[in-house]
Amino acid sequence: MTDNWSPERAKDIISAHLGLEGPLLPILHALQDEFGYLPREALVLAAEALNITRADVHGVASFYPDFRSQPPGRHVLKICRAEACQSMGGEENAEALLSRLGLSWGATSANGALTIEPVYCLGLCATAPNAQRDGQAFARLDAERLEALAREVL
Amino acid sequence: MRLYLPRDSVTQALGGEKLAAALKAEAERRGVPLTLTRNGSRGLFWLEPLVELETVAGRLGFGPFTESDIPALFDSPSTHPKALGLVSELPFLKRQQRLTFVRAGLTDPLSLTDYAAHGGWAGLAKARTLTGAEICAEVTKSGLRGRGGAGFPTGIKWETVRKAEAGQKYIVCNADEGDSGSYADRLLIEADPFCLIEGMAIAALAVGATRGHVYLRSEYPNAIAMLGQAIAIATQAGHLDGFHLEVRVGAGSYVCGEETALLESLEGKRGVVRAKPPVPALVGLFGRPTVINNVISLATIPHILADGAEAYAAFGLGHSRGTMPIQLSGNIKHGGLFETAFGITLGELVEDIGGGTASGRPLRAVQAGGPLGAYFAPHQFDILYGYEEYAKAGGLIGHGGLVVFDDRVNMARMARFALEFCAHESCGKCTPCRIGSTRGHELLGRIMAGGGSPQDLALLRELCDTMKSASLCALGGFTPYPVMSALTLFPEDFTALPAAAA
Ligand SMILES: Cc1cc2nc3c(=O)[nH]c(=O)nc-3n(C[C@H](O)[C@H](O)[C@H](O)COP(=O)(O)O)c2cc1C
Ligand code: SF4
Ligand code: FES
Repeated sequence: MTDNWSPERAKDIISAHLGLEGPLLPILHALQDEFGYLPREALVLAAEALNITRADVHGVASFYPDFRSQPPGRHVLKICRAEACQSMGGEENAEALLSRLGLSWGATSANGALTIEPVYCLGLCATAPNAQRDGQAFARLDAERLEALAREVL
Repeated sequence: MRLYLPRDSVTQALGGEKLAAALKAEAERRGVPLTLTRNGSRGLFWLEPLVELETVAGRLGFGPFTESDIPALFDSPSTHPKALGLVSELPFLKRQQRLTFVRAGLTDPLSLTDYAAHGGWAGLAKARTLTGAEICAEVTKSGLRGRGGAGFPTGIKWETVRKAEAGQKYIVCNADEGDSGSYADRLLIEADPFCLIEGMAIAALAVGATRGHVYLRSEYPNAIAMLGQAIAIATQAGHLDGFHLEVRVGAGSYVCGEETALLESLEGKRGVVRAKPPVPALVGLFGRPTVINNVISLATIPHILADGAEAYAAFGLGHSRGTMPIQLSGNIKHGGLFETAFGITLGELVEDIGGGTASGRPLRAVQAGGPLGAYFAPHQFDILYGYEEYAKAGGLIGHGGLVVFDDRVNMARMARFALEFCAHESCGKCTPCRIGSTRGHELLGRIMAGGGSPQDLALLRELCDTMKSASLCALGGFTPYPVMSALTLFPEDFTALPAAAA
């Protein structure tokens, strides 16, 4: 992900959400959609606009697994680690993939192309094992198809 | 030629969009005029992608469909190798009692015409002829209990909110559906979103609320997009009559499915559980009286209003009235959504209807009710589906998920996962949950690595007892269910694991 941080853009995004009830989560989502992660400066701007402390905003951003404080790779592969996917061998496939790529959960490949993250259920539990790449879901993934999902973007 | 192909997440995850394009291209090549409707899924997921062909006799099914199956569909559907016959006659569908999911798969989810033609808005129309008190009484009479897990009577919750005096009240829909093995909320929203909207509008009328929020998990992008579109369509067509409805997206936290943590999250805070009382019905979102209900609870309301409370209550067992959309998941041959009256046995669900394991290997365990639910073994398969029945057996029905495992599962690993998940998702408010789960996870790790002693297992049981009795919410309080049931039913697994499996 190229860092396209722009304070002006961030301010626009924040002010577009100020009319909502409880605007902080929608703001954080929108900022991350735009920049790929939540730059420190963005949190400061959000705190100022909402008239709450930086510590409060940071506390919220760090509570939720979705929000990143660092830019991810250009592609993100989320592999389901929950029970239904485990029952179909998803965990073994995921571990095999990670070890073949020399990555751990949450890590990004050296060329910056791919981040692999865990996810706990995608709601596709009858066609397990499952994963999601850049927001697009993939089902009935055997080890080869899972690896292909990673290789295609590496 | 009229074909149907679902726009459900499962279909999409199996290449549905490419398939749709290929179907259109083939029709064009052959000069066949084609209407391709993107319907909701029927929930027969092992058959997805499921293509349906409209005929005078009804809709014929073909699945699981691949691109190579296309030419034969145009040449000779009756001899097609993937032909399933009339979809409505498939035993998996025919044996169900679909009340909440009556339209799922039949209609185009975003077509108001389809919705109205299949009984949509009848419940809301009925509600508009009643007082708020009468609506609440009808819901109470139906016996409907919360389908999110806790099983609290919906009508009684509504009546509390109705009676509360406040300038602003809220309807909040819990669509956080974090339980592994569950997808009923997702399927409903993607197959029949107007039904949820109608249920929320009825709730608003009943209690005098003017604003509503749907808290939908970020893991469901397709459902988020579809519900947003459906709300815009219904609002524009004037069906909501001043009721303002918004979709809010979660951020990957399981504990935010707990109702008070969800409210905190909606308010823009960390998803930390609130102590009760006060109950959200009195002090809810932004301190206002709030109805908070699961998607399925709310989506069942239109049926109850339209067909009457008695008709709904006529189904069921004991204090579990009506139907439950049970979700067959994991290592199961016929995975999918099976809506049926309470009272069905577990064995019938997983062996008969579900067809046993997908792998064909012996079935070893079933986890009922998500990551906080107990494991069951085949000798318990005569248990009847119901809130009290599962509670009596040391488990819960939760949100209706059943995850099947074959004989390759190691139950100590599953117990360790339950504790790891609890530690990972804990909101941090109480010590037994936060510290206990981490300690338990370490303990089990030691036992599995072969360094455990009998005292370690005793310690684990003690830890579970403390978590059960001293946790503020069900995350810490119920994690002992999967742990203890695994330990009790499969003690042979709680010894050292072969090094490769640990
Ligand atoms: C840790 C935890 C997670 C929960 N997750 C959900 C959920 O994802 N969806 C849901 O409807 N209820 C969930 N619940 C139950 C809710 O707290 C609450 O009982 C429910 O939203 C009430 O709606 P209902 O009465 O219609 O079931 C969860 C509870 C706990 C303790
Ligand atoms: S049991 Fe766990 S999740 Fe629930 S309130 Fe306590 S710390 Fe939070
Ligand atoms: S457990 Fe993996 S999709 Fe539900």
